[in-house]
Amino acid sequence: MPDKRREYALNAVLALGLLLVPLWAYWAGSPFTITVFTRIAIFALAAVGLNIALGLGGMVSFGHAVYFGVGGYVAGIAAQHAFNGETFLGIAGANQMLIIWPVAMIAAGLLAAVIGAFSLRTSGIFFIMITLAFAQMVYYFAISWPTYGGEDGLPIYVRNTFPGLNTMRPWNLFILCWCLLMLAIGAFALIRASRFGAALMAIRQNPDRVAAVGISPFGIKLAAFVISAMITGLAGALMADLSRFASPAAMAWTMSGELIVIIILGGTGRLFGPVAGAAVLVGFEVIFGGMTEHWRLWLGLVLLLTVLFARGGIVTLIAGRERLG
Amino acid sequence: MVDPVLSLSHLSKSFGALKATDDVSLTLMPGEIHALIGPNGAGKSTLIGQISGRIAPDAGTITFKGRDITGLSVAQRARLGLGRSFQISSLIPEYSARRNVMLGLQARQGHSFRFLKPVMHDRRLRDEAEAILAKVGLAGRASVPSAELSHGERRLLEIAVALALEPACFLLDEPMAGMGAEGVGALVDFLRGLKAQAPILLIEHDMDAVFALADRLSVLVYGRIIASGSVEEIRNDPAVREAYLGDSE
Repeated sequence: MPDKRREYALNAVLALGLLLVPLWAYWAGSPFTITVFTRIAIFALAAVGLNIALGLGGMVSFGHAVYFGVGGYVAGIAAQHAFNGETFLGIAGANQMLIIWPVAMIAAGLLAAVIGAFSLRTSGIFFIMITLAFAQMVYYFAISWPTYGGEDGLPIYVRNTFPGLNTMRPWNLFILCWCLLMLAIGAFALIRASRFGAALMAIRQNPDRVAAVGISPFGIKLAAFVISAMITGLAGALMADLSRFASPAAMAWTMSGELIVIIILGGTGRLFGPVAGAAVLVGFEVIFGGMTEHWRLWLGLVLLLTVLFARGGIVTLIAGRERLG
Repeated sequence: MVDPVLSLSHLSKSFGALKATDDVSLTLMPGEIHALIGPNGAGKSTLIGQISGRIAPDAGTITFKGRDITGLSVAQRARLGLGRSFQISSLIPEYSARRNVMLGLQARQGHSFRFLKPVMHDRRLRDEAEAILAKVGLAGRASVPSAELSHGERRLLEIAVALALEPACFLLDEPMAGMGAEGVGALVDFLRGLKAQAPILLIEHDMDAVFALADRLSVLVYGRIIASGSVEEIRNDPAVREAYLGDSE
């Protein structure tokens, strides 16, 4: 099928482009370019997470920023304690990314299990509103918690570390983010092709039918929601280390909106949709953000055009509609 | 005496002042086709909803394979072996006919929390799904998304998905709805063979099909069963003739 081949080609271009441009920037000595591409990789990773819930499961979570933010706080809190020479979770010097990542994922996953257990009993607009409400609750909790920065957020003076790499160097941090993004995309592909994914995508299309064959939609959706939040939480930890700042703003509803925008721009449910969407979003931020404070106006225009004329986003525009087989 | 596979006992359901189901008792015996007929608005859909688990009855019990299932969810009932088809085709639109059946097979095996093995490369699942599609006459349409199938083909796919569940009883909600005469004829023959596999509770509007298939008939009018018996008995029942068959005779 030519559509299939075109999608493979597009995926290869996106994956390699995301790797080769920073590599060029590394040789050319442009750390700013590397940082921009690290941002793309991290936003894409967060959106790969959301794409499991939204793209595969049809769960329009308008509160995924909360998992992104929680991941960031795990990184920030670990860095602060390590910086002060204190222990974190009973571990001395817990500023190891290999410890922080699983902790961030577990924290995001547990939170999603609680939020999902309530909100997945609803659907449609109610689900959107409940996920938003839960996220805003956690957001307001974060800005009123003085121990960890409150409204000011939590600066990370020294980035958390990874064995064998100097994470203070842009290229080293980038390559970590790129590898994690590729792993997450691989996990997304596995899930989508599996029995679990078959049930999940079927629930998106017709939950009554899935229940009538004997699969309870709730359990499948909750599991997908938790996995989705874990990946977004991991991205949040990386973002805090990149910007060297755990920000409550990462939990705000605008961030949830941006993640949804990334997915719609890239192509809902498509494997590399989040990469394409994140590249557009960060591209606009960098290019138009330099000219005007109101760069989001232009992004909004592109979003409008996408929704009106290219429903399936960039990936569908180039590689055609997805056939689920 | 053989025990019924499915029995409804004194089932009642009201929506406000409307008694949609009024003290309905009904049994489905092994090996039979029990047809439920009734004019529009008689409460057939509400009754189906209660049997499948979508609607909770106000009173009464539903027993399936000797077990009280009144409090179970739709999915739990399906796992026990209650296979249903929908009045309006309810399939997974973007999935091919094959994949719709594979989902049923996967559900029957109970392995939906598997994350690693690609399901579409599962040869055994594919072969089994294709064998079932061949049984209902959809072998040549296996790769077509169900949204692109014709109306009649979707009706058949509904049956194929129910077959994949290897249920202990079939609950078929107007399987012939909107089908042409030719399709109805073929489906009647097919269902006649199917009852050997599991008994069928058949809700159907097509009277010729019902009279050709049913071992027993129950007539539902205004939420009540006004008559129950063999095809001959129902045909000659004066109450039924008045309430239901009057205009067609």
